[in-house]
Amino acid sequence: MDYGRSERPAGAAPLPTAIKILIAGGFGVGKTTMVGAVSETRPLRTEEVLTETGIGIDDLSGVEAKSTTTVAMDFGRITLSDDLVLYLFGTPGQDRFWFVWDELALGALGAVVLADTRRLADCFPSIDYFEGRGTPFVVAVNCFEGARQFRLDEVQAALDLDPGVPVVLCDARQRESAKEVLITLLEHAMKLREARRRAAGD
Amino acid sequence: MTGRGESTEQEWVDDHAGPVVRPYAVTGGRARPVTGTFDLISLVTATRAEVGSESGLGPEHVAIVGLCQRILSVAEIAAHLDLPVGTVRVLLGDLAARSLVQVREPRATPAGLPDEHVFEAVINGLRAL
Repeated sequence: MDYGRSERPAGAAPLPTAIKILIAGGFGVGKTTMVGAVSETRPLRTEEVLTETGIGIDDLSGVEAKSTTTVAMDFGRITLSDDLVLYLFGTPGQDRFWFVWDELALGALGAVVLADTRRLADCFPSIDYFEGRGTPFVVAVNCFEGARQFRLDEVQAALDLDPGVPVVLCDARQRESAKEVLITLLEHAMKLREARRRAAGD
Repeated sequence: MTGRGESTEQEWVDDHAGPVVRPYAVTGGRARPVTGTFDLISLVTATRAEVGSESGLGPEHVAIVGLCQRILSVAEIAAHLDLPVGTVRVLLGDLAARSLVQVREPRATPAGLPDEHVFEAVINGLRAL
């Protein structure tokens, strides 16, 4: 197993390991709020500028003008120790930018799908994406004031989730709540890895 | 236009940030770095305290070396400089080719995922926050 130490030049300060978790869900569901609640600084924003060669899924033949689109991602950093830095990335909401999601999902520990019970269908595309990719995910129901309270098993049934996918309540504004969601995700991801390893070994 | 020192929201854009220029102008029209892949969470640190413009580098290169006196991810560099990630990748490639930055790609197993110990370390780290 690679512990990544051999690449460090002698005498240089060791660079930490960086890892990431994705925060997905519909527009306005609180993705950036959750990133900000648990990160050490306010969320930063980074942009990818896409030209027609990058978009790929769109048929742009015959379009004379060069088309560029900007996809923005909000993210935050949590320095967990001297040698471990966690980044949380809010996924861009536009469904047509799946290839940006592919880049984000590559190597991610897992994903949190934030759900709003008033607009539950908004998180379907995220769930479909992570199910299709085999990325471990949990569904966190953001408890907006004024939203009707559903039982978690009702949400699970409405989303047609596999029974093993954790569904939890959260308050995306609260640091402790966001931390608990992330820990639930990581524990779920570890269980999933173990189960897959056992299945592969049989 | 906002007045000088008025907005804390924009605190990372200082008076030296200069005018917004088209990303391709910053890289001289290049779309890809000369070396390296630079994941969004690749970590970068400068190997020198500063570089002068005499080395043929642009102000954005110099700014990256200045930022990377502390360890930053590619995404953070892009956010602080207010440049698209693709542009920052090209600039980092120039710096890496001159050994002015050290880069650590995210650790992953051949399956594309970090190993077991990373999961445990993250859980413990989050609990300790």
